[in-house]
Amino acid sequence: MIALLIRDLRQATRAGGGFGLALAFFLIVTVLVPFGVGPESAVLARIAPGVLWVGALLACLLSLDRIFALDFEDGSLDLLATAPIPMEAVVVIKALAHWLVTGVPLTLAAPALGVLLNLPQGGYGWLVLTLALGTPALSMIGTFGAALTVGLKRGGLLLSLLVLPLYVPTLIFGAEALTRGLASLDNATPLLMLAGITFGVIAILPFAAAAAIRINLR
Amino acid sequence: MSFSISNLACARGGIPVLEGVSFTLEAGQTLLLRGPNGIGKTTLLRTIAGLQPAAHGSITPGADQIAYAAHADGLKATLTVKENLRFWADVFGCDDIEPALVAFNLTELRTRLAHNLSAGQKRRLGLARLLVTGRPIWALDEPTVSLDQESVGLFATAVAAHCRAGGITLIATHIDLGIEAEALDLTQFRADRQSEDHFDEAFL
Repeated sequence: MIALLIRDLRQATRAGGGFGLALAFFLIVTVLVPFGVGPESAVLARIAPGVLWVGALLACLLSLDRIFALDFEDGSLDLLATAPIPMEAVVVIKALAHWLVTGVPLTLAAPALGVLLNLPQGGYGWLVLTLALGTPALSMIGTFGAALTVGLKRGGLLLSLLVLPLYVPTLIFGAEALTRGLASLDNATPLLMLAGITFGVIAILPFAAAAAIRINLR
Repeated sequence: MSFSISNLACARGGIPVLEGVSFTLEAGQTLLLRGPNGIGKTTLLRTIAGLQPAAHGSITPGADQIAYAAHADGLKATLTVKENLRFWADVFGCDDIEPALVAFNLTELRTRLAHNLSAGQKRRLGLARLLVTGRPIWALDEPTVSLDQESVGLFATAVAAHCRAGGITLIATHIDLGIEAEALDLTQFRADRQSEDHFDEAFL
């Protein structure tokens, strides 16, 4: 299992692996928003939490279709299915690898991008905390979507349509916890909901994703 | 160690392909699966490998004893020969990849990226994976595609060594491999494709 994680991370950091793609996308989105809404700092500070969360969510979406499609095309998914690793573990490792190459860099880069959007002081800790709690759910749900669409030609668009609605609860509670944190309000409830969603999908979706892959490989 | 299939039926895309397939292989035996295109050689091997359920019948032992090699080699283009093989060795719990590299004449290519290998070299790397699985039964689908004469010889040697060690090999192939083996023509097991009720699963 560790071997699979190492292989995926190694591939991601080699040429064409897509490492940094999500980060660059996140950067561009947050730079474009001030161009669109104007440079008024009060407005930017008001919308910063939502923009940062939506940007991170869309950046996560970019690399989802690679999770299983590449392994399916070169035949390694068939071989992994016949290997002595349970498919559920393969799914968990794939989601973990996706989180390590997209979720973690996005979380760490978010404070720097918060400056561009004039995020009020005191919000940076909450920004990192909510993203750190929420991005694992984004990777896990995305891996489930990738498992559903594995084997489909040009499944990327369908994948986005399937996954985006499932991202809604994470987005709502993540952005809400951040906004409340900024306003110095009690944000324990949205934080707990955010963490609950993350742990819930990690507990349930590996089984659903593994079942979807087994059916798609037939 | 023996491998037996009894009264197996398998389907592809909901259409029955083979039915009544039965044979038994003892340790050290090699079986060549023959038959025209579309008869169901790949479907049979995928069923044996556990990638799809059998419509009927039984296979013993189960899929955890079988090393499957498909048309695609499962190589990662951005990893080197050694990294690719090391990965599969780790997955199957094998420590030493050197014998596999030597058996398929890959020692000089070990630091080359899989992306830069020729089709035949990729295939040799794909076949070297079988040696690191440590599984007793090999189910091989057209293993010699794009191999030159010399590499076919390497492959035959590897299969012979595997069988001498008590392994069992099933090979679906159209060409003469120069391996002492029985051949089984699957045409006799062809399923009656008309009798099946054409129920559309997509309708559900």
